[in-house]
Amino acid sequence: MPFIPHTEEDVRRMLEVIGVARIDDLFDEIPADLRAQPLQHVPEGMSEMEVTALLQARAREDGLPVCFIGAGAYDHHIPAAVWQIATRGEFYSAYTPYQAEASQGTLQLLYEYQSMMTALMAMDVSNASLYDGASGLAEAVLMAVRVNRKSKSRRILVPRSLNPAYRQTVHAIVRNQQIELVEVPFDAATGRTDMAALEAHAGTDCAALVIPQPNFFGVLEDVDALTAFAHANNMLAIAVVNPVAMAVLRPPGEWAGQGADIACGEGQPLGAPLSSGGPYFGFMCCKQEMVRQMPGRIIGKTVDLEGKAGYTLTLQAREQHIRRSKATSNICTNQGLLVTAATIHMALLGGEGLARVAASCHANTVDLLGRLTTIDGVERLFDGPVFHEGVLRLAAPAPDILRSLAAHNVLGGYDLAHDYPELGSAILVCATELRTSSDLDEYATKLARIMAARSQAKCPVEPKFN
Amino acid sequence: MLIYEQSRPGRRAFAQAPKQRPALDGIPSELLRGAPPALPEVSEMDAVRHYTRLSQKNFSIDTQFYPLGSCTMKYNPRACNSLAMLPGLIGRHPHAPASHSQGFLACMFDLQEMLKDVTGMRRVSLVPAAGAQGEFAGVAMIRAYHEARGDKGRNEIIVPDAAHGTNPATAVMCGYKVREIPTLDDGDVDVEALKGVLGPQTAGIMLTNPSTLGVFERKITEIARLVHEAGGLLYYDGANLNAILGKVRPGDMGFDVIHMNLHKTFSTPHGGGGPGAGPVGVSERLVPFLPVPMVGFDGHDYNWLTAKECPQTIGKLSAFAGNAGVLLRAYIYARMLGREGMARVAEYATLNANYLAKRLSDAGFDLAYPRRRATHEFIVTLRRQAKELDVSAMDFAKRLLDLGYHAPTTYFPLLVPECLLIEPTETEAMDALDGFVEAMVRIKGEAEATPEVVKTAPHTLPVRRLDDVRAARELDLRWQA
Repeated sequence: MPFIPHTEEDVRRMLEVIGVARIDDLFDEIPADLRAQPLQHVPEGMSEMEVTALLQARAREDGLPVCFIGAGAYDHHIPAAVWQIATRGEFYSAYTPYQAEASQGTLQLLYEYQSMMTALMAMDVSNASLYDGASGLAEAVLMAVRVNRKSKSRRILVPRSLNPAYRQTVHAIVRNQQIELVEVPFDAATGRTDMAALEAHAGTDCAALVIPQPNFFGVLEDVDALTAFAHANNMLAIAVVNPVAMAVLRPPGEWAGQGADIACGEGQPLGAPLSSGGPYFGFMCCKQEMVRQMPGRIIGKTVDLEGKAGYTLTLQAREQHIRRSKATSNICTNQGLLVTAATIHMALLGGEGLARVAASCHANTVDLLGRLTTIDGVERLFDGPVFHEGVLRLAAPAPDILRSLAAHNVLGGYDLAHDYPELGSAILVCATELRTSSDLDEYATKLARIMAARSQAKCPVEPKFN
Repeated sequence: MLIYEQSRPGRRAFAQAPKQRPALDGIPSELLRGAPPALPEVSEMDAVRHYTRLSQKNFSIDTQFYPLGSCTMKYNPRACNSLAMLPGLIGRHPHAPASHSQGFLACMFDLQEMLKDVTGMRRVSLVPAAGAQGEFAGVAMIRAYHEARGDKGRNEIIVPDAAHGTNPATAVMCGYKVREIPTLDDGDVDVEALKGVLGPQTAGIMLTNPSTLGVFERKITEIARLVHEAGGLLYYDGANLNAILGKVRPGDMGFDVIHMNLHKTFSTPHGGGGPGAGPVGVSERLVPFLPVPMVGFDGHDYNWLTAKECPQTIGKLSAFAGNAGVLLRAYIYARMLGREGMARVAEYATLNANYLAKRLSDAGFDLAYPRRRATHEFIVTLRRQAKELDVSAMDFAKRLLDLGYHAPTTYFPLLVPECLLIEPTETEAMDALDGFVEAMVRIKGEAEATPEVVKTAPHTLPVRRLDDVRAARELDLRWQA
């Protein structure tokens, strides 16, 4: 029997000790009319050999296309040691470190993680992870409403330049607590949050302003001005940042002098593979004075009864297993293994290594944008500075172009039409440090060919763009 | 020693980063960081040794018996990990087009179908990232259902006092008031008390069955009828699904919505505190409200179903489609178990729990519900030992660590004093259970003869008992130079 070690003799002896004749007798408290019929839609069991063949075939089916999509998930190099160590059984198959003395490995690692994240974000404290960047922002919004006693409104200012999936997720999670998300438009020329439109909210009662860096278009926001605006108007500043970008960009703790109040975001770029969107992890840091309103696990250093240093779950009075209906969040299981990987990843790269990754992504993306915009019918949409993504407008329907590229095994970008119809035919492209010069060539060559074929087919007389 | 304390300026794992650091052309200097962040500066071998050594300070399923009640710490098959990490699967971008996703989507669709079957629900969404997010999705759907019917006065969720802390915390996140009801001495919900709180304000009830007391709720059919008659819906907390997998289906018990903890029942790794996966299944009336995206199949191709196809959805709960890598591991496990293996999980988990309960009872330990059949877990109460010997459940737990056993869940559920909630799971052999009984008997002997040994345990682990009060009072949450 797969994964069940009992021999027939074991079963016989165990039933004898219990004092029943058959295993089925152990279910005698369950009303007979509730017993399940045989399952209809579960196939027969497979051996490891059989299931390996099945999964290999399915993985092959999806191929290994060259990926120029970012849009919230980024294809970075992950050192081999990261997942070899993270999948050691002692990390992989342990649970939440409730028994601190038997979990010092995980606990010390999480303390190191908190140290690394606070260094990266230049913030005071970090928790030990939330589910992902989007749901983590929802928790940050709930936290801001709890913390900001000056505000009574339960309104949050959210830029339209924030990842649309984040806006939708936050809405789904906070709407039942009567929290209202107020959209702030972006400037059509730069792609940044429109400061004039934001100023219209000056003097109104809002609990917080969300500040993405970079924003969904890859464009860098004027984070000092945004943070200063929030603080001048009694709002908390919630930073949503790419952690790799923070190796080279000014971190939330330094924005506008006094810094953002809460910094959160998607941890995936720190050692988690793309893996179809998960598991990733959400990180969250905040100012020291807000730590008791922070959701999720927090690890503290302490001493044992001989005075030796050790690590333990702390401030548990915030949490659901103690506080129940008065907890800061319902979160219990979080993303421990991903944080394990991220910690090893950050240790292996170090500050200099992470900065090299960030700078290489930036250089690659600038290179890609330069090459693609030499093609007729392809132009930059925003002129604001970017980190490692940019928006291109195409003189042909984006879905058709992306489909043609995909047929050539190039994933050319993310189609913005669904979330931003006002941008017309526009795509978001990204080139991480993993994309080589020949990958960029391949993309540019294929796109040029596809665009040329379309303009010849459709506009034989006037192939000019616009 | 912390990794930071091994750091030396200028030391790096040179092979791991790009060879150059290109200039950041085009980024205004006021947006740039002054110096790189203060991360540790170590070699590759430094890091490998350090984290390998740290791993050795953990208890885990792969190294110890881990009977942590309500957490289902069963063996995590290695094939699930290595196959979920195949390059084509871990390299797939979440926004990859359907043309490059049919293999992955087929796995997700199959998993949805299998989970529907084992829970008896009409439709499944795999989106929630963990049990608590599954609970959130479930209660949010209950709310959306009442709102869609214009039934506005329902503002209460009923929760038994034995419930997991996530239940009341979730109800509050969804904007509900929590109404707690008591449990009877035999472990069943107090149906008379339930009748007393049901009314036009009832949105629903959250139940775990078998309950956290390790017993099957025998009056479930009557409870379902009463709640439905009052216009409320029933939420099933699937934390204990391992006890009834393939034997009883929550849909048949009358539940309207269920979440499953795939990191428990479907044996995906607990990872030192996640990632989990908490898919939700619903009865017919909640289908329109399921969280998106889900995977559909038109007879030829697999496709994502989003808010466009499901306009009444409660929405998205994460940026993409949940913890796909965890779902893949659960899928692989489910395929290896197969139809016949599902019920076997419940059978052998129950056999192990009842055997262990009987042996501990025979050895002089008090079961909290001695007249009830154990399900996949059971409770030992050390109230007598605490009173007579001044040795607590926590002391027993810590001493078990010395003897090479992870402790059971302690002090939960809250209504049983000095309790150990013990869940052996189906993947442990009889010999392992016998060893645990021996350890418990030995500790009982020590508690009588040399209680100090028990009260000051552990003695053999990397640290002795830790000062939790100091940790919370003198907060030290990060390394500082």
